[in-house]
Amino acid sequence: MTTTSPTPGPRAPRFSRRALLPAAVAGVLVLSACGSSDPLAEDDQSAGSDDGAVTVGSADFPESQIIAELYAGVLRDAGVEATTEPGIGAREAYVSAVEDGSIDLVPDYTGNLLLYVDSESKAASADEIMAELPDALPEGLTVLEPSEAENKDAMVVTQDTADEYSLTSISDMASVCGELVIAGPPEFQERAYGLPGLESKYNCVPESFEPINDGGGSLTVDTLTRGDADVANIFTTTPAIEEQNLVVLEDPENNFIAQQVIPLAAEDRLPEGSEDALNELSSKLTTEDLIELNQAVSGDGAVSPQQAAQKWLEENGYDAA
Amino acid sequence: MNLLSGMWQWLTDPTNWTGTGAIPARMLEHVAYSGVVMLVAVLVAVPLGLLVGHTGRGAGVVIGVSGALRALPTLGLLTLFSLLMGLGLVPPLLALVILAVPPILTATYAGVAEVDPAVKDAAKAQGMTPGQVLGHVEVPLALPVAMGGIRNAALQVIATATVAAYINLGGLGRYLIDGLAVRDYSRMLGSVLLVAVLALAADAVLAALQRAVSSPGIRTSPTEK
Amino acid sequence: MTWLPENLDLLLRLTGTHLFQSVLPVVLGLLISVPLARMASGSRWLRPVTINGAALLYTIPSLTLFVVLPVILGTRITSITNVIVALTVYVIAILVRSCTDAFESVDPAVLQAATAMGYTRTQRFWAVELPLAVPVMLAGVRTALVANISMVSVGAVIGVQSLGTLFTDGLRRSIAEEILVGVVVTVVLAVLLDQVLRLAGLFLTRWQRPGRVDTRTRLAATGGAA
Repeated sequence: MTTTSPTPGPRAPRFSRRALLPAAVAGVLVLSACGSSDPLAEDDQSAGSDDGAVTVGSADFPESQIIAELYAGVLRDAGVEATTEPGIGAREAYVSAVEDGSIDLVPDYTGNLLLYVDSESKAASADEIMAELPDALPEGLTVLEPSEAENKDAMVVTQDTADEYSLTSISDMASVCGELVIAGPPEFQERAYGLPGLESKYNCVPESFEPINDGGGSLTVDTLTRGDADVANIFTTTPAIEEQNLVVLEDPENNFIAQQVIPLAAEDRLPEGSEDALNELSSKLTTEDLIELNQAVSGDGAVSPQQAAQKWLEENGYDAA
Repeated sequence: MNLLSGMWQWLTDPTNWTGTGAIPARMLEHVAYSGVVMLVAVLVAVPLGLLVGHTGRGAGVVIGVSGALRALPTLGLLTLFSLLMGLGLVPPLLALVILAVPPILTATYAGVAEVDPAVKDAAKAQGMTPGQVLGHVEVPLALPVAMGGIRNAALQVIATATVAAYINLGGLGRYLIDGLAVRDYSRMLGSVLLVAVLALAADAVLAALQRAVSSPGIRTSPTEK
Repeated sequence: MTWLPENLDLLLRLTGTHLFQSVLPVVLGLLISVPLARMASGSRWLRPVTINGAALLYTIPSLTLFVVLPVILGTRITSITNVIVALTVYVIAILVRSCTDAFESVDPAVLQAATAMGYTRTQRFWAVELPLAVPVMLAGVRTALVANISMVSVGAVIGVQSLGTLFTDGLRRSIAEEILVGVVVTVVLAVLLDQVLRLAGLFLTRWQRPGRVDTRTRLAATGGAA
């Protein structure tokens, strides 16, 4: 064998990097071309349930986790065994989790769920969406009754900005849009309801867009209140809207489609009595409840989604222990 | 393979090459952020590394702390700083500086600590003051190794600046984060190629610098191949 | 301190999955890197190919691998598999190089002596070459593990649960304490596991005179990618 003598002592890397650029391209090629089989078995699935127990999943944001806890709570109150599987991820993750049986039930929002299963749909109002949603769902999935409680995207401004430009609706923005900076999550730049929607429905092209990826959380709100942005895309159940006296602009053209809270479930896997219990909860839950629940789990002295849900259930006459 | 053709389409689409938020502008931002981060990190880590290497005091602490710093998750620092300080350039850039300091610090320290004691003794015997020993003997001998750490840090900073775009930083990471938000794989892959090109270019420049700062007497050092 | 006492269960669960996602890739990466490095060490053409290829893998941001792998592997985007495979790739990027160095650091005279004593090639590899390569190799493994522990958290951006989940959740709920706990636990985990590996190394090389090779500083200059 050849006798390359070892380098003594600590050394910086001594990669010869001359031929790296061609190798870079080759590397990407190899990565894209290699293996289509999954070398590891899926090991992150919890047991599905045929034994009458319901596993309630949730998306990876607090409100979804709270609602999942509410679902589990009312099921227990109705005598159905229920556990939660919080923070499963984005919609594509939890929908397939329902399909493959890792979970039986998950809270969702009507508008986004419809667009997920039918990206061509033009339905915008709550009724239009519910007219299409049940039939659009793939085999094996079903939805129960939607709740009046809703959490949708909205254009929000400070009271000062609203006064300065006399804004009450997004329509009022059209004439001044060119002077305004809009802040929101990165996808707002491209989604149909985002900048494209504002332009086509309200003829509004802002001066610039500031992407902030905190799910419409405190950083987005700060941007607005500090004046670094004039308008922000914030969810309607954000507690800061009330706390900071922000103005939610009306949306007469239904740019932001309805997003009622709705249980998405596996067909035939919910034990008897579950549906009634969940429908009853949906009829009780309001948007104001969601705002209060979100407030309870945020900031200093926050409680867990589970505790917040527990408190709501007790206050509303459920025995969910 | 349609992934690759999608990536190629994105890269060659002329509308992606002009205007604000276009590829040249994002690249420039990326270079600027990385440059500032590296400058600050070098200003912090090199003097500290020289000092510890020269005096030999606190070496254990430096190695230990650098090891722990290395384990700090950049995403955690980014979200924490952003929450505490608000938006702006400071939180992401600070998180990146903390990423860049350990490799530079350990390499600089190692470079100085590794200088043959006989060489230092010889320098002292010639009547050099401790300052002169550091400036004329230890620093020149340590520079190639220190530069190795700087190259390493630069690679990491350029790659990680994409994660730092998670909240609101510009640069090439924007394509990655925005692309992720709308599941646009062509854009994400295209940006990866751009980041790789940038990293390799930066490394080539630093490698040339490394050769330039190597004193002729040690230029045949096995550091270079 | 209000978040921590209320969420110990969550913290424990996330720490567990975090640990799994950081350790398994090191094991897999080691299984792939050792044979690769053995073949590459001393090879005129394979050595530059593997070493340069490994260096190149490092410039790919981890987040990219996390999101591109599902498309290549056909896995779900939030599947833990993507993180495992991506981190295995990074581990190989670190280990191929340090394992090649490790095999090349073995004194050829020792190998000749072993051959002279009648060892077959296979026996010589397992009984002499591999044990002698362990100290340098271990330094690479320690670097890879620490880098992994810090990188696993990026998976939270695409919804894969780990201690990184505390960062994205803490940001959304404006709970600085939650993020801080995540950062601290990550670092503690890295330091603890690094010490475990160090002790394992002492055990594996107990035949060696202490302090013969300073493996710690040797690879200290080769850091982890992001």
